[in-house]
Amino acid sequence: MDTATETSVEISVKSLNLWFGKFQALKNINIDIQKNQVTALIGPSGCGKSTFIKTLDRMNDLVDNVKITGEVVYQGRNILDSDTDVVELRKQIGMVFQKPNPFPKSIFDNVAYGPRVHGVRKKQNLNEVVERSLKAAVLWEEVKDRLNESALRLSGGQQQRLCIARLLAVEPDVLLMDEPASALDPIATSKIEDLIYELKNDYTIIIVTHNMQQAGRVATNTAFFYLGELVEYAPTIDLFERPQDKRTEDYVTGKFG
Amino acid sequence: MEAKRRELVPLALLWGAGIATLVILIVILAYILANGLPVISWHFLTGEPALWGQTGGGIYSTIVATLAVTSISLLVAAPLSVGGAIYLNEYTKETSLRMVIRQAAEILAGIPSIIVGLFGFLFFVIYLAPFTGGWSMISGGLTLAFMVLPISLRTSEEALKTVPAELREGSLGLGATKWQSITTVVLPTALPGIITGLILGVGRAVGETAAILLTAGGSLNLIQSLRDPGRPMTLNIYNVLTEYRDTTTAYGTAAVLVIAILAITLITDLLMNSYTKKLKGL
Repeated sequence: MDTATETSVEISVKSLNLWFGKFQALKNINIDIQKNQVTALIGPSGCGKSTFIKTLDRMNDLVDNVKITGEVVYQGRNILDSDTDVVELRKQIGMVFQKPNPFPKSIFDNVAYGPRVHGVRKKQNLNEVVERSLKAAVLWEEVKDRLNESALRLSGGQQQRLCIARLLAVEPDVLLMDEPASALDPIATSKIEDLIYELKNDYTIIIVTHNMQQAGRVATNTAFFYLGELVEYAPTIDLFERPQDKRTEDYVTGKFG
Repeated sequence: MEAKRRELVPLALLWGAGIATLVILIVILAYILANGLPVISWHFLTGEPALWGQTGGGIYSTIVATLAVTSISLLVAAPLSVGGAIYLNEYTKETSLRMVIRQAAEILAGIPSIIVGLFGFLFFVIYLAPFTGGWSMISGGLTLAFMVLPISLRTSEEALKTVPAELREGSLGLGATKWQSITTVVLPTALPGIITGLILGVGRAVGETAAILLTAGGSLNLIQSLRDPGRPMTLNIYNVLTEYRDTTTAYGTAAVLVIAILAITLITDLLMNSYTKKLKGL
């Protein structure tokens, strides 16, 4: 379990259990997420990987009838505590969703959304942060002349990079990505992957993916989830080439999926 | 060939059923407008009403009364219905309270208007007379608000439901508070539906007669304040017909009313279409 490549730990998850009503979706998860690395979560549909990352920024709070036990320690505190400032937490741990979800606003207003809700008003500062974020998300060159156009006019891949730019604008430490390329074509996907690779220098990234090649290309460490359990967590190359658990082996060799 | 011909019968019947709505609307509109339009003149719209016991005259005071009661009902019902819809859709889970409130709105919408009017009469006109002035624009407007409220509430709730959950998640995921997410993302996205709901409510208020009959008074004098009694257009149609058989004034008033409702509906549709297009980036 603890053989993953270690630098320093950003998020430490201990004995995490989660139930939706009577259904237990996560079973005793223990995992240390490394700082400034990409960690991939793989596993078949319904294995709990999306539920797991939603726990990390408390997005499961939005779902009815959820019960969670265990600890998620981030910056020395258990973020599952009821007195956690969820709004503050989500500034530090941001999420990119499966389907691009730009707001029905202009490209500029999408990126400026986060800074604005956090109180940035000055046009000059907003301009700077929008340009910086769009550049960091490798979208600037494509949109710099049309910042006032609706974000909904962008292609799916551009929309997803816009959503990443929008997230970068609030300067988080951790980026959670829930199958960020699953709705995109191969070219758009490879752009997102290049971007993820760039971003890991500055951010801790956790990416849920169905696509094992994708995990192989971008992730330092990979965790295999199955039926709500964390089966195996190891440096990506080891997990794929020398899986320790029979279930991992069956999955990465394509016996099921 | 025979089979094909037999298919034509149900097709014709269904076509007839579908087209019936349109035909009925056109017949009513045509009838009202054919009889009413010739009556409408500048004098009719802006003139004083006929003296007691006489027919003819203008309907200016009734137009003002309609504007007054409708505005009051909208001012009261809009914040309540939109606020209630936000509460139901954004702040409550699918629990019994939500079901109860929704059911209450449906029942309220189904109460016959004369009964709402009876309540308005007892409560606003009699009990709260020191505040409302008795029969008055305030009493009429507040009573109408009860009728506008459930329609607007349900329509607003439906509009909020159509806002994709991903947009809320996206906003919350950026560290926006719930209220910030609602005001900056959810409401602007749902706005066309909410406005449509309010306009439906306005249509109800402008067209209501029974509830107004018992609460607004019926005076033909031009109101000087909202605590004065007045006679909205619908009530005027009823009164001139029952009191004087003055069909000319009735048709004229009806035509003005119908044109006003058509205009409101069409203008709102146009505005909302262009807003929606802008929202979608077209």
